[in-house]
Amino acid sequence: MLRNRLTDDEAIERPFSSNQFFRLLNYLKPFRNEMLIALLFMITSSVASLSGPYLIMLFIDDYIAKDNFAGSWWVLLFYIGASILSAVCLRYRVRIMDVAGRKAIAKLRQDLFDHIQGLSFSYFDSKPAGKIMVRVINDVNSLNDLFTNGIVNVLIDVMTLFLISFLMFSLHVQLSFAAMAAVPLIMLVIFLTKKYIRLRWQIVRRKISNMNAYLHESFAGVRTTQAFVRENENRQIFKEINSDVKNSWMRAIKVNNVFWPSLDFASSIGVVLVYFYGIRFMQAEMLTLGTLMAILWYLGRFWEPLNNISNFYNSILVAMASTERIFEILDTAPDIKDSPAASLMPPIKGFVDFKNVSFSYDEHTKVLQNVNFAVKSGEIIALVGPTGAGKTTIVNLISRFYETSDGYVAIDGINIKDVTMSSLRGQMGIMMQDAFIFSGTVMDNIRYGNSDATDEEVIEAAKAVNAHEFIINMEKGYFTEVNERGSRLSTGQKQLISFARTLLKNPRILILDEATSSIDTHTEALIQKALEILLKDRTSFVIAHRLSTIRKADRIMVIEKGQITQIGNHDELIRTQGIYQDLCKAQYRFLKAV
Amino acid sequence: MDILLRILSTFAEKKQKVRLIVAISLLFAAVSTRMVGPYLTKILIDDVIGNRMYHLVFYILSAIIVLSAIRGTLVFTRNYLFEYISQTFIFNMRDDLYSHLHKLPFKFYDEHRIGEIMSRMTGDVEGVRNFLAGGAMSFMENVLFFTGSIAMLFYLDARLALAVLTVSPLLGFIAFKFDKVIRPIFSDIREQNAVLNTRTQENIAGIRVVKSFTKENHEKDLFDKENIKQLEKHITATYTWSYFFPLMDFISSLTPAILLVTGGALVVNGQMSLGTLVASTGYIWMITGPMRMLGFHINMLEQAITSTEKLFYYLDLGPSIKEKENALFPADFAGHLKFENVNLKYGDKEVLNNISFDLPPGKKLAIMGATGSGKTSIVNLIGRFYDCTTGKVTIDGLDVKDYKLKMLRKQLGYVAQETFLFSDTITENISFGNPDTAMDDVITASSIAQAHKFITQMPAGYETIVGERGIGLSGGEKQRIAIARALLKKPQILILDDATSSVDMETEFLIQTSLANVMKRKTTIVIAHRISSVKDADEIIVIDKGMICERGTHESLIERQGLYFRMYEDQYKDFDDYDIRKAEWQYA
Repeated sequence: MLRNRLTDDEAIERPFSSNQFFRLLNYLKPFRNEMLIALLFMITSSVASLSGPYLIMLFIDDYIAKDNFAGSWWVLLFYIGASILSAVCLRYRVRIMDVAGRKAIAKLRQDLFDHIQGLSFSYFDSKPAGKIMVRVINDVNSLNDLFTNGIVNVLIDVMTLFLISFLMFSLHVQLSFAAMAAVPLIMLVIFLTKKYIRLRWQIVRRKISNMNAYLHESFAGVRTTQAFVRENENRQIFKEINSDVKNSWMRAIKVNNVFWPSLDFASSIGVVLVYFYGIRFMQAEMLTLGTLMAILWYLGRFWEPLNNISNFYNSILVAMASTERIFEILDTAPDIKDSPAASLMPPIKGFVDFKNVSFSYDEHTKVLQNVNFAVKSGEIIALVGPTGAGKTTIVNLISRFYETSDGYVAIDGINIKDVTMSSLRGQMGIMMQDAFIFSGTVMDNIRYGNSDATDEEVIEAAKAVNAHEFIINMEKGYFTEVNERGSRLSTGQKQLISFARTLLKNPRILILDEATSSIDTHTEALIQKALEILLKDRTSFVIAHRLSTIRKADRIMVIEKGQITQIGNHDELIRTQGIYQDLCKAQYRFLKAV
Repeated sequence: MDILLRILSTFAEKKQKVRLIVAISLLFAAVSTRMVGPYLTKILIDDVIGNRMYHLVFYILSAIIVLSAIRGTLVFTRNYLFEYISQTFIFNMRDDLYSHLHKLPFKFYDEHRIGEIMSRMTGDVEGVRNFLAGGAMSFMENVLFFTGSIAMLFYLDARLALAVLTVSPLLGFIAFKFDKVIRPIFSDIREQNAVLNTRTQENIAGIRVVKSFTKENHEKDLFDKENIKQLEKHITATYTWSYFFPLMDFISSLTPAILLVTGGALVVNGQMSLGTLVASTGYIWMITGPMRMLGFHINMLEQAITSTEKLFYYLDLGPSIKEKENALFPADFAGHLKFENVNLKYGDKEVLNNISFDLPPGKKLAIMGATGSGKTSIVNLIGRFYDCTTGKVTIDGLDVKDYKLKMLRKQLGYVAQETFLFSDTITENISFGNPDTAMDDVITASSIAQAHKFITQMPAGYETIVGERGIGLSGGEKQRIAIARALLKKPQILILDDATSSVDMETEFLIQTSLANVMKRKTTIVIAHRISSVKDADEIIVIDKGMICERGTHESLIERQGLYFRMYEDQYKDFDDYDIRKAEWQYA
């Protein structure tokens, strides 16, 4: 587990792309009206709250300075009214925007998830599960702030800035110039640090995503680590990754934190200038105390929106990095699609033809070369051959998990590219090498094959594959939660459950890819008995190593280096020189000798 | 609150303590510089403007600039320190969690899914960081602002201060309410995050099953359900705080009004200077600010508490498998393995019942039995991945619990039923147990496991990257790499748990032959379904429902005509009808 191998292509940030940004904004489009209302609320509440200093100015200048305390009641009433208005607006603004933002996020996440369901096997071959997961969860989450607050807030901040400037200048032009004298200084600081801030945070995010990838693998392989007593080495590696995160963070913080103190300093320069000139103006009776104070108060509120806007640029960049990764998935078209003219696959009889089929995953390695065969309805075909010969590829082509590079596969004489995948796969039962069990009850897991099945039918299927006995021996029988919270299943038990699941689907074509390798021989024999009845008149393909499984096949195909080298039934092949005979001999010798 | 104390207790470490004290002092100093500002305003108004003492202007304005420069330095250093403190805290927390989780027994991983663990290690840790670096500091700062400003108000005019304080109890009460309501909601959200995480992870891990059952729509619906649930939980939180926040906001905005009315009346009655009133409004912003932020801080605090609780929950799970204090450090391990009346229960369920056997060095034990009968559970007890409930597992006469756990496991070569390869080169995967291995040893091990040939045929040979991020290997290829990995440890006890189930017959035969050579003086346990894999064992035990129902050598078991014999018949009858049993084959 080397660090650098976990880093590939994570968190690459590109410059701001307005296309992507607008595409992202599309998710907020359905909430246009709500957002408009929220914006109005926000404007109202910020105008209301900005009226505070103005009212205080009136209070001081017109009433207190003139010893007319009693006349000030309306100012106070106005102030309280504005406060209530501001609070009410805040409340509804938060509700509307937060709900709209969260909904948009949920929609984006759902779109992403739905799109992933449609991608082909080849996509999952090339992308580790951990990485896909990070996109669905973390990348989508990182858009939260932008959607719920960011966009509307930044609009408000810009508006507040203008409003404050307007108010200040309308109170006193010269003083307002003095107050803002230090703004160019801030611009300079922003300009100088911008690049470093961006780069350093980018490094931080890359380090964090490295760390997450390492964590994911560590916990997935923790049993192996414990068995091999590698805890210390792993911990050492993790320590390095962990300090990388810490150090890069601190480097980013250094530039990041320059901003606030310089803002504070610029603000003080403004304050000093305002006092300096203000006092002169007051001496000349060109300024009241209340106005002076009001300008200072407005100046005090000038910096926060400025700070927010400068942060917004950063958060947009972060969000865009996530957006990029999300759209990258959404833009990945599935390799295998239903053709526009695809029709529904009629009920399958079970004739399977391979016509000059070739297949390769990439340009260099040919996996299948010119494979031809015809299978009759109801035949049981066993595929035999060394590891990596192409057995799994052949069965994957039948269910169109991959597309042939050359030639075609036909079922009942229909090219499978001409029918919809769901109508095709809906009639097939496929059991793979590793049985996958979902969290949920045993009942749910078997019913996965057919959501309409009654409990009785589920139990029937379990009985047929001899899984019933071990299931009812579990704490809650069919309602035992598996794969989560404590219930353990052995590999063989998982295979039995997935067997029942496949059976429940009542497929027209059955594919068993080393599906019984971890089941004991006795159980396997029982399964086979059940299968003999259940698969009558149904075509099936079996990949197996055990002779007991293979020899029951109507025909055996021997696959070597992507080609069919022998074909025939057990009796024929065992008497013919070749791989199959060698296999049988080996097995026999294996059984006999040692 | 216990949680906060616990976080604090981690600051007992001297360096962290010093950093924290310095940071808080800086915080205090920075806030103090702020307290001076409004007071300077009062001097400006009352003395400079009111009493025309214009010579003071220069000093006061210089003071404002100097104070600001000082404050800038203080704030920068303080923020840096707080970030450093929180990063150090998080670093330690992650480190502790990482090594702690690696100590937890298999049982923990039976019960917790990776999606959930990841959600804790990322989301929850980030929650705590966020609080320490931002929330906690800002909270302290606000408390100081509030108390400092109130103190200054008392100094300016006690009546003003008292008037302002009147709304505090109301605000406190609302804040308390908010805190109570929001806590369970945050906890809910964190839980739902873990659920969504797990849901996604499971879907992607099982995507091939999903597609072959054309269950994409079903999966979408399931995800939709959890996604909507999360949305609803967030909305609940939003509604809660959109109720409390504006309320707190409103109450705090009342304070300036109260201050102005009180102060205004006092000024008009000539009991207070105008400068004092204006100065006091300078403090009022430092009072309402913290009041407004209170809800935000409670929000943050509660999120942090929720997250910390979840993290401490992991840390508090003591490894149920513990080393004895005076655990032994065996120099040479002969590998004499013995089970004495071993029982194992998972919860109430009996998994193993009275298992006993004696396996001297150099001998081979084979375990057979139906799927789920308890075979794997037996071998898991040897390396103490689980501990037996009653009875005793001994090696060389000593209870396995007396050994140092790591030493014990180092002597075991364990090939599990399901193979996990790390995203790394094949070499690194094989030398996983011993990082400093010579390449020759790697090749020797992979040759015995019959993996050398297919490895060298790959484009990058031993440097090919496998695992999740690498190229896909077939089940049989993975198993052979796993066997090589176990062999490289040169273990005294080798455990093969259905380790060749996906390997083709011929290769399995070759593996078995070469293994027999290597394992001559060592102890071997084989779990298998094929008679051919077990028949040469010195003892074969057949497990049924956690009990040994038959035991003996191949010959004696055949004679017994029991379960073993039936399996034998099942597998042998393949050859019944043919003349392949004839002599030519035996020498082929």
